[in-house]
Amino acid sequence: MMLPTGQWSDRVMALVVWAIALMVVGVFFWIVADLVRHGVEHLSWQFLTDSPRDAGRAGGIGPILVSTLLILAVCLAVSVPIGLATAILLAEFARADGWLGRSIRRSLDVLAGVPSIVFGLFGNALFSIYLGMGFSILSGGLTLACMVLPLLIRSAEEGLLAVPDDYRKAGAALGLSRSAMLWRILLPAATPGLVVGLILSTSRALAETAALLFTSGYVDRMPESLFDSGRSLSIHIYDLAMNVPGGEGRAYATAIVLLGLLITINILTFWIADRWLGGRITR
Amino acid sequence: MLLNNCEQSVSRRPSGTDRWLERILRLAGILAGAIVVLIVLFLVIEAWPALQTVGLTRFFSDPSWHPAGGPEQGRFNLTPMLVGTLLATAGAIAVAAPLGVACALFTRFYAPRRIGQVHHRVLELLAGIPSVVYGFWGLVVLAPLIAKLQPPGQSLLAAIVILAIMILPTVALLSEAALRSVPQAHLQAAHAMGFSRLGVIFGAALPAARGGIVTAVLLATGRAIGETMALLMVAGNVVQVPHSVFDPVRTMTANIALELGYAMDHHRSALFVSGLMLMLMIIVLVGLSEWMGRSWSRG
Amino acid sequence: MKLATTYIAYITLSLVLLAAPGCGEGESGASSSGDGLRGKLVLTGSSTVAPLAGEIAKRFEKLHPNVRVDVQTGGSSRGIADARRGTADIGMASRALKPQETDLTAHTIAMDGVGVIAHRDNPVQSLTDEQVIAIYTGRVSNWSQVGGVDAPITAVSKADGRATLEVFLKHFGLSSPDIKASVIIGDNQQGIRTVAGDVNAIGYVSVGTADYEIGRGVPIRLLPMDGVEATTANVRNGTFPMSRPLNLVTHGTVSPLAQAFIDFARSSTVNDLVEAQYFVPVAD
Repeated sequence: MMLPTGQWSDRVMALVVWAIALMVVGVFFWIVADLVRHGVEHLSWQFLTDSPRDAGRAGGIGPILVSTLLILAVCLAVSVPIGLATAILLAEFARADGWLGRSIRRSLDVLAGVPSIVFGLFGNALFSIYLGMGFSILSGGLTLACMVLPLLIRSAEEGLLAVPDDYRKAGAALGLSRSAMLWRILLPAATPGLVVGLILSTSRALAETAALLFTSGYVDRMPESLFDSGRSLSIHIYDLAMNVPGGEGRAYATAIVLLGLLITINILTFWIADRWLGGRITR
Repeated sequence: MLLNNCEQSVSRRPSGTDRWLERILRLAGILAGAIVVLIVLFLVIEAWPALQTVGLTRFFSDPSWHPAGGPEQGRFNLTPMLVGTLLATAGAIAVAAPLGVACALFTRFYAPRRIGQVHHRVLELLAGIPSVVYGFWGLVVLAPLIAKLQPPGQSLLAAIVILAIMILPTVALLSEAALRSVPQAHLQAAHAMGFSRLGVIFGAALPAARGGIVTAVLLATGRAIGETMALLMVAGNVVQVPHSVFDPVRTMTANIALELGYAMDHHRSALFVSGLMLMLMIIVLVGLSEWMGRSWSRG
Repeated sequence: MKLATTYIAYITLSLVLLAAPGCGEGESGASSSGDGLRGKLVLTGSSTVAPLAGEIAKRFEKLHPNVRVDVQTGGSSRGIADARRGTADIGMASRALKPQETDLTAHTIAMDGVGVIAHRDNPVQSLTDEQVIAIYTGRVSNWSQVGGVDAPITAVSKADGRATLEVFLKHFGLSSPDIKASVIIGDNQQGIRTVAGDVNAIGYVSVGTADYEIGRGVPIRLLPMDGVEATTANVRNGTFPMSRPLNLVTHGTVSPLAQAFIDFARSSTVNDLVEAQYFVPVAD
């Protein structure tokens, strides 16, 4: 196989890669600059805590922020255990050509491609209507859990597969039971992969609109329980930008808050995982 | 090598906890696997009335898409929207896959540590921007720009650009993870053999990470097929087969979102038929990748 | 161990958040609790009516602290279907009831005019009905054919099933397959943005909303219809020909709570809310 090994092609490649990376960052800043330019004037502490007034054009997004966090919490509380367990099953226990492993993989692959609006309709039919949860945060969170599951499982599995076999052999040599090996050696070592999966899933969940419109709903009141309907940040952004005349300024401001939330969750997740593993996560 | 095999080589009776562990894991796996089955079942149930009264062939042969007139008078041709979905997705992948892998290479091989971290963060944030924000930005910034080249601006091109921006982080982040899990030994060996950085990348790193990268692209493709809100706002939504990238198109997902709230009876059922068609596309995609020898879940 | 802790951290966070609403801002509490109205109302339907219904609901809740009114979207058809099925107490529809919808009762809470808009820099000042029909059926495709510059017309139309489209079709005597649009949009705002971003675009949107956006400096202009200027005043006095009612729809007998809400929504006490959404109030 002829490999380009010359100095010249090396330089060109470096140039191309740098150019692309800069272009991507450029697009990001273009979009964020737009958001900031139109939305920053509406940002304030009041904005984060007050309730919306005048269809969202006055007041703040306090209840909406709370609803969003609750929906996220429900989503993660359900998807992380199931996802982790399935990833462990697929990576460590199921034989690669076994019937169960293959079926689950295929099914997850298809699940990853389901359109968000189909998730919304499905979630509405299963959780809201069939299981009787109505328009509720619970219904929204469960629907999102279904949605992020493939992403979470894939990242967790990649993380587990990246752990060298030596670890497993050493554990077996020491006479550890499978559960112990998993708990004490493999999962901690696979954490970087898990963390990436968690962050990607959180991003995906926060960015969702269509799936939540029919499940957790449109109500912008402060939720008093998980069975209350609660508007998420992205639905609020959509309503303000597309449905309410004169709402774009606050739509931009809400988008900034959402990005801020994302950054905070990212940092928190890394900090928690890093701290509890004694700084073993290397980038 | 699996834990299972470890067991056999050490010939130890699995402990009680181990058996429980396996049961719980199996349960979780079955639950996760059952979701998609339920979704397909749901779609079939909702789509059944239209499939029965309108019939599958009419979804490809009717003169146009005007489903509101009832099963007899209504027109149910889905083909232009199918084409719209395929073209938008194919275009987005053609752009985002190479660019995404390039970003992954950047973070892994070219950038100094700090800059690479920043770039990684930027990608994570890009992944978190809601589709409505992308859609709105596309509507007020991108579409008017394209309109200056060729009206109306809301077009297949706008759809491809926005979609590419949306799926690029997925490709980049997952490819980067795949590149990171290539054992250092591989890369060191390549260096030792005298390859330049380019040679190490194309000769050792990319081939080793190939599975993960293909997975990343396939996952991104699935995401592209399923994107709804952003395309609703920038693609123009005209039900037609486009003759150029500047023509407006309507994707099947945008169609469902656009018409569902206003559809009664057979119209609504017809929308679920399009939902089933989307699922079929995904299933074919998965089948294809399996035939190519890789499951998305196993690199 | 560490992972369990991370997991527990997340759970704790959510529990804390659950407790937060309890200490967050609640109802003011002070008001006449003597009217005895209590319970929950669910409204679903048109996303055009939803912001207005939401504001009316908030005011209603302040007056009756033991009542909860939840407003959800989903489209006019969803609102009507839910009212019929009983899944919602009241449906919201941004159109008049169709002839076959005799089992339902409509309670109009506002009127909304539908006007044709063009870009502010477009030299064409007005169009006759025949010209509009010709443009939207594709017979006229260049502005020069109707007295403007030599440029192709970007005809912006609404997606099938929308009330605005149906009002438009009814007024001009067209049916949906006749329309040859260059761009199809879903929401009003998308229509306004599209026309504002393209000098050669033409579209039709809510008169009130267009008025408001023009006041904000968005580069669009409302064209007169049949010689009548497109203003909210003209929609109110009935001289403007294209308009549609915003309705609360009920099925069968209405509960006292729902009736109280409907009466409230139709009273003049909420006229300011109606006008804040750029609709035309119906109560005097």
